This record gives sequence, structure tokens and C-alpha cells, in this order.
Amino acid sequence: MIWQLDLIILAIVVVCGVGSIMVKDLMGAAILFGAYSFMMCLLWAVMGAVDVAFTEAAVGAGVSTVFFTAAVFRTTRRTKD
Amino acid sequence: MHSWVDLIVAHYNYWIYILLMMIGLYAMVAKRNLVKKIIGMSIFQTAIILFYVSIGAKRGATIPIIEHHGHGPINPEHYINPLPHVLMLTAIVVSVATLGVALALGIRIYQRFGTLEEDEILSQLRREQ
Amino acid sequence: MRWFGIVCVACLGLVLAVASSHFPPWGDPHSPASTHVSPRYIEKSVEETAVPNIVTAVLADYRGYDTMFETTVIFAAGLACFMLLRRLGTGPQEQLWRHIPTGVVVHVKGGVRPWIDPRHFEPIDRHWTPHDLVTLTSCRIMIPFLQLFALYVVAHGHHSPGGGFQGGVILGAALILLAISHNLRTAAERFSETTNGVLSGLGVSIYAGVGMACLVLGGAFLDYKELAGLLGVDKVHARSLGIFFVEVGVAITVMAVMYLIYRNVSSAGECDEGL
Repeated sequence: MIWQLDLIILAIVVVCGVGSIMVKDLMGAAILFGAYSFMMCLLWAVMGAVDVAFTEAAVGAGVSTVFFTAAVFRTTRRTKD
Repeated sequence: MHSWVDLIVAHYNYWIYILLMMIGLYAMVAKRNLVKKIIGMSIFQTAIILFYVSIGAKRGATIPIIEHHGHGPINPEHYINPLPHVLMLTAIVVSVATLGVALALGIRIYQRFGTLEEDEILSQLRREQ
Repeated sequence: MRWFGIVCVACLGLVLAVASSHFPPWGDPHSPASTHVSPRYIEKSVEETAVPNIVTAVLADYRGYDTMFETTVIFAAGLACFMLLRRLGTGPQEQLWRHIPTGVVVHVKGGVRPWIDPRHFEPIDRHWTPHDLVTLTSCRIMIPFLQLFALYVVAHGHHSPGGGFQGGVILGAALILLAISHNLRTAAERFSETTNGVLSGLGVSIYAGVGMACLVLGGAFLDYKELAGLLGVDKVHARSLGIFFVEVGVAITVMAVMYLIYRNVSSAGECDEGL
């Protein structure tokens, strides 16, 4: 529970979260979402929730990003907003 | 003055988690693209999981895996509360399953309408009526 | 719409922030969340179930009913994805066959299946790239170790962070890696659609089957200590073994459903070419 590490990781999490919904390219949004998931996993590891961090690393930063990329591949990559 | 600083220092974590939740909720409400809405839903879900897991954190305690048992009774103050972890494990895996279904629906909508923007889909639906 | 959204979300955030300032301070060991049921779980889980990882013990034994229905939800989500997207019986609308010695690509349209000599022609995807030695070799080396690690994670869920879900997701990720680095047809040769469907239901059946076995042997549903007579161990270790069986069931279902969702989403239902 080192509060400096906590604050830095929280700042990166908020920036990744805001970035992934503001970017106009859907592939970039999917990759930023993968980065957001991975930073969340680090946050939980710092808090001591090791099982939850393990699951989020496997699920969020792994499989979930692949699902988004596959869906963007099958639909369209550009978006107006 | 002292109590304001105490309040902020003790609760700023919760406020940042609420900020993350609100970012996800805003994306679900105000964005026009369907994939952005799905990303907003995922951000909202992970922020709620973060909120719950942080409730179980304890200062000066270790992870909830007991090692070298046999040295007497276990003091619960030395271990982080495992109950939110259990509930949130379920939540994470269910969230990825619903993400798969949401993306399948998005692909179906794209095959039917040719676009993923909400306003274009609505105008096509109105023209068909 | 955008400004209305911002105003509503900001008001809701302010209400939640004011409400959460009444919470106990962060990291307090005497907060109400940590003082009612969870001290009992922390103190008693090792002596009642012989599982040092408290999270696994609570997930699969004390709250085993929850986990069974969660596995059912995962299976239902895979089923929903399959039923939404899969188009059976239409056949590929256009096929691309590449002549292996010369590299000439034959484009066959209209669903007609001409006679193609498989010794000289290979089927390729629309977004085909030439054989990439580095990617293919490194993925071929990594996949068995990924699967071995996933089996380790499932088996050591009692003593280290891990368990059924994590191991199942890593197994599914190994299959998805095979499908991404090679192509979907190669993965389909190794893990056919029928196997996928059967395995995704098998895990839920294993979980419910263990519960039914406990019921048949005289105890309550999912009360693992009744398995002591069947397995020949004492009651504490019967609970530990019961936890292990249900974790295996969960891992099988999660693996099959992750691969099922990937296959359907990345090929938009056709299941012939993927990412």
C-alpha cells in the first residue's frame, strides 16, 4: 500500500481510460483499453488482491483485447466521434 | 482545517474510483459509436470491481494465503479480507462473457445496417418505417 | 445530448462522492466489511478444508453454489454468441486457392466447388500473408508451455494464487494464440467444433455432477465432506479434493467458451478464416 505507487498507477489508469474513449481510431481504443486493464491489474497487485490481479491480467489484458481487435477487424475501424 | 485534510487523505481513493466509474458511464451514455459504448461498459465494470476490492484492503496486512500453518491461532487482522476478492472473481469472468455477447451483437448490427454509428442506424430505421 | 450527459454524470458523481466520504477510512482493519463473516473464513478455512488459499476455499466450498451458476452463465454466454453469429449450411461464398509451386492464386466465386488437387493447391484466407518463420516458430514453441503452465495454475490453486478460472483462461488463450499465429483452419484441425461444444457443456456437468454425488451419498448439495467414504480419505481432505474437482470443471468450461467466442467473433460466423 505504498501510496506513491498507488497515485502514479491511478493517474495512468485515468489517462488510459479517458484516452480510450476519446481516440477516433477504434483499433487504438482497443489497445488503450488493454493498457487500462493491465494498469488495473497492477493496482490490485499493489493492494494485495493477487487472485483478482491474476484473473484480470489473463482476462482483461489478454483475451478481452483480442476480442475487441477481432470485432474491429470484422466491422469498421474509423469512427466519427 | 485539520479534519478537512484528514478527510481528503482518508477518502481520496474512493473519489478517484468514482471518477473512473463516471468516465465509463459517460461513455455509455453520450458516445455515438457502439464499440465506444462497449468500451465504456467495460471501464465501468472494472472501476466497480476496483471499488469493491479496495474495501477489503487493510493496512499492514498480507495476502490471504496462509503459509506455514501450525503456529497457533490465525489472527484475522494480519490477512486482507478475502470476501470481496471472491465476489469480484465472479464479476470479472462474467464481464468478459458479456463482452463477447456484446461484440457479437455489434457485428450482427454491422452486417444488417452497414454502420456502427447510432445516428445513422436510427435514420435508417426511420426511413424503413 | 453530450452536455446533458456530462451534467447528469457530474451530478451523480458528486452524490456518490459525498456518500462515500462517510465510509470508514481506507485500509481500516476494523471496518464493518471486515468484521462479521470474513474473520471466520480466515480463521477456519485451513482447519476445515486444508486449503491455504482462502480465496479458493471460499469460492469453491463455502460459496460453491455461486460459482456453479457463474459457470452456467459463462456457458450461456458462449451459447448466445454461437446462436447470434453462426451461419451453418451456407458454405463459403468465394474461395481462394493458391498454387504452391508458382504462387498463382485462383479465385473461385459462387459457392461452386471445382475439382482442386490438394497436392498442388492450398486454401488461403482473404488477408493472407506469406509464411513468416519467426512468428510461426516462436508461437509453436510457446503454446505447449502455455498449456503446461495453465495446468499448473489449475492444480496449484490450493496453495498459490490461481485456480479454475485463471487456468481455464490461459488454456483458452493458448488456443487463441494458435488460431492467430497460424490460421483458423489449423486450429480447427486440432480442436474441432464438436469438441468445442461438448467440452463447454462438460465442465458445468462435472460441477453439477460432484454436487449430485454429494446429494446421493446422503449430505446436502455440494457438501464435499460426504465424498470421504467414496474417495477413502478423511473429511477435511475430502473437501480439498472436492474443491479440486470443481475447479477442473470450471477450467474446462472457461477454456472452451473463450475459444468459442473468439472463433465466432473473429470470423463473423463463418468459421473459415479469422484474424
